[in-house]
Amino acid sequence: MTFDYAPAPESRAVVDIAPSYGLFVDGEFAPASDGKVFKTVSPSTEEVLSEVAQASADDVDRAVKAARKAFEKWSALPGAERAKYLFRIARIIQERSRELAVLESLDNGKPIRESRDADLPLVAAHFFYYAGWADKLDHAGYGANPRPLGVAGQVIPWNFPLLMLAWKIAPALATGNTVVLKPAETTPLSALFFADICRQAGLPKGVVNILTGDGSTGAALVAHPDVNKVAFTGSTEVGKAIARTVAGTDKKVTLELGGKAANIVFDDAPLDQAVEGIVNGIFFNQGHVCCAGSRLLVQESVADEVLDALKRRMRTLRVGDPLDKNTDIGAINSAEQLARITALADAGEAEGAERWSPSCELPTTGYWFAPTLFTGVTQAHRIAREEIFGPVLSVLTFRTPAEAVEKANNTPYGLSAGIWTEKGSRMLWMANQLRAGVIWSNTFNKFDPASPFGGYQESGYGREGGRHGLEAYLNV
Amino acid sequence: MPITVPAYGKEAAGRLASMADVTADDGALRRFLHGLPGVDAVGLQARAATLGTRSIKTTAKAYAIDLAISMIDLTTLEGADTPGKVRALCAKGIHPDPTDRTSPKVAAICVYPDMVATAKEALGDSGIHVASVATAFPAGRAALPVKLADTRDAVAAGADEIDMVIDRGAFLSGRYMDVFEEIKAVKEACARPDGSAAHLKVIFETGELQTYDNVRRVSWLAMLAGADFIKTSTGKVAVNATPPVTLLMLEAVRDFHAATGVQVGVKPAGGIRTTKDAIKYLVMVNETLGEPWLTADWFRFGASSLLNDLLMQRQKLSTGRYSGPDYVTVD
Repeated sequence: MTFDYAPAPESRAVVDIAPSYGLFVDGEFAPASDGKVFKTVSPSTEEVLSEVAQASADDVDRAVKAARKAFEKWSALPGAERAKYLFRIARIIQERSRELAVLESLDNGKPIRESRDADLPLVAAHFFYYAGWADKLDHAGYGANPRPLGVAGQVIPWNFPLLMLAWKIAPALATGNTVVLKPAETTPLSALFFADICRQAGLPKGVVNILTGDGSTGAALVAHPDVNKVAFTGSTEVGKAIARTVAGTDKKVTLELGGKAANIVFDDAPLDQAVEGIVNGIFFNQGHVCCAGSRLLVQESVADEVLDALKRRMRTLRVGDPLDKNTDIGAINSAEQLARITALADAGEAEGAERWSPSCELPTTGYWFAPTLFTGVTQAHRIAREEIFGPVLSVLTFRTPAEAVEKANNTPYGLSAGIWTEKGSRMLWMANQLRAGVIWSNTFNKFDPASPFGGYQESGYGREGGRHGLEAYLNV
Repeated sequence: MPITVPAYGKEAAGRLASMADVTADDGALRRFLHGLPGVDAVGLQARAATLGTRSIKTTAKAYAIDLAISMIDLTTLEGADTPGKVRALCAKGIHPDPTDRTSPKVAAICVYPDMVATAKEALGDSGIHVASVATAFPAGRAALPVKLADTRDAVAAGADEIDMVIDRGAFLSGRYMDVFEEIKAVKEACARPDGSAAHLKVIFETGELQTYDNVRRVSWLAMLAGADFIKTSTGKVAVNATPPVTLLMLEAVRDFHAATGVQVGVKPAGGIRTTKDAIKYLVMVNETLGEPWLTADWFRFGASSLLNDLLMQRQKLSTGRYSGPDYVTVD
């Protein structure tokens, strides 16, 4: 007999999903003005989880007006008072973390191991962190008594629905702004649960408003004349459209866009840990991570060794039911995303790179993509240049540190990078040469609310997280 | 299930011999050991912690519990050990659960050398091995002739397995060749007149070696010197087996096997007391070395109190109810 892990599914009973949800405006749930709805499905089973309202331009206007009205009182509160609400929200998130983790895995397709152990602790940590700043803004380095901007229109992606919500809402509220947030079309549920948490915390009406909808809702929100600040995380393409929309207005903007991060492994790296870092860099959250380490740059002298070890490790990855506690890789978020990943991977093969996947059985319903590795990739291949946003790793090699820097920087993006070496001086030298907003050394995909996050070039501008993250919501 | 100890195949011995140049002299050995990939402590600990989150339920749990029982080196290493105590332990090793004869036997009974004959007699033809800690256990602070005599005594008394401790002082002061030669000498002392040999487990006392880099180096050093098993610790110091150290040793065994074709066993010892912990170790073995190592021939737990917790969990699985400490034997 072999040591087969019996299924260990997390119970769905902890989460109660209603058959339909309205928009959360001015503290109340209400249907869309034109009554339009759309369905949200579980990507691992294609089961319809619920029906949510499709917000129209009128709804956007209503939400912005509510936020504007709430702004007067909310921004006038002493910081310590705002902190109380944020601390309360953080604690409720902790108390309800199992429920939220299961919900997130159902709606998004990510493994419960990640929503439970990575997403939810970070969500609570962000609210705790920014709650701590709310009464200390005078000491944040932006002068005495910095003022909030007003109404923040925020549009977030589907890869980390609740975490991206936390990154956006926590600093906005801490600094005295009010919020209209649009979650992604495929993952609206956790934001609606968050609306309920706001009510549970007694947050004044209108301070947080949640509008579900598709791209047109987001576009209306970004273009609304009474929005003072736009914050967006998502694709570079949409980011550019937003930049064009707000150009010439006095709206403040932060954009967190795509990436094609280099994960650079030197021959003196701690190899076993580097392999773990490569796996974590690209297969965490099915590779649906804008800072994913999707370009592996390995020093030629250890390339074979690293690839052997990586393939061996990839054979132990468990793909399947996101609610099983032993699942490492869950479902692709949507049929559209699966089609994109498939098309780019096929392009990799067509352009001459060598494709490899461990043998793994994929479920028959839902959207799935096996963890995939491409060797023999060159800078000229599409898979080395375009963001795939899926569990697909492109492996390139280099010979010298200078070549590693040159290849790593040879990208239109610049969100993150990883350096694996036991030599401190080389690590510091590399970090100085690389054009990326976050550089990890001997680790990858590590997040902390105290650490600013953001990109270079087409990866966007502005920083979220940390003290720097306050600036985007203050009139400085 | 009697435990067999496979000898190296000819081919494997040949490949091992091809690595002889790295042990040719002090300098070569040092360069080789210091040329091994470094260990990033944070990454290693994170990986061990992640493996610890696997959720092992129902059939997998039942399998893991029986496997863990069959891998135990049931141990008594007290100054106050008596033949009576050892005989009691042997009886328990043969029938771990007096209420349920379907329970597997343990792998070995581990005692001091002067108790080997007693244990051997008490175990009879049960197939359970007698393991003995020799070489001035646990400090290892004795002259080499004393250590070798200690080993020969234990082997002569019938020990199937010798658990030797390395000279940590020599290792920490960089005298790698001394450690290497000592392991080789003890391995030779494990030989029996009939040409067979006791199985050699080399104990590192990883809590005293402190750094993960040291653990990787000493693992390779012992395997190059011919260790059949590498073992974390004596159980007599403050820090004994930990998941990261054991994971690191499993990785060293995996790499050594890839390089030489020689399979070496791993034994974490000390501080593993609960079923939950034991299962975490089995998950590490499963995901690092895989099925070939998931037998008592290649993985052992050095433990005394672990067995009772495994038995209580086993009873829970078969009856659906928790029993209690009075439903398992005290030794």
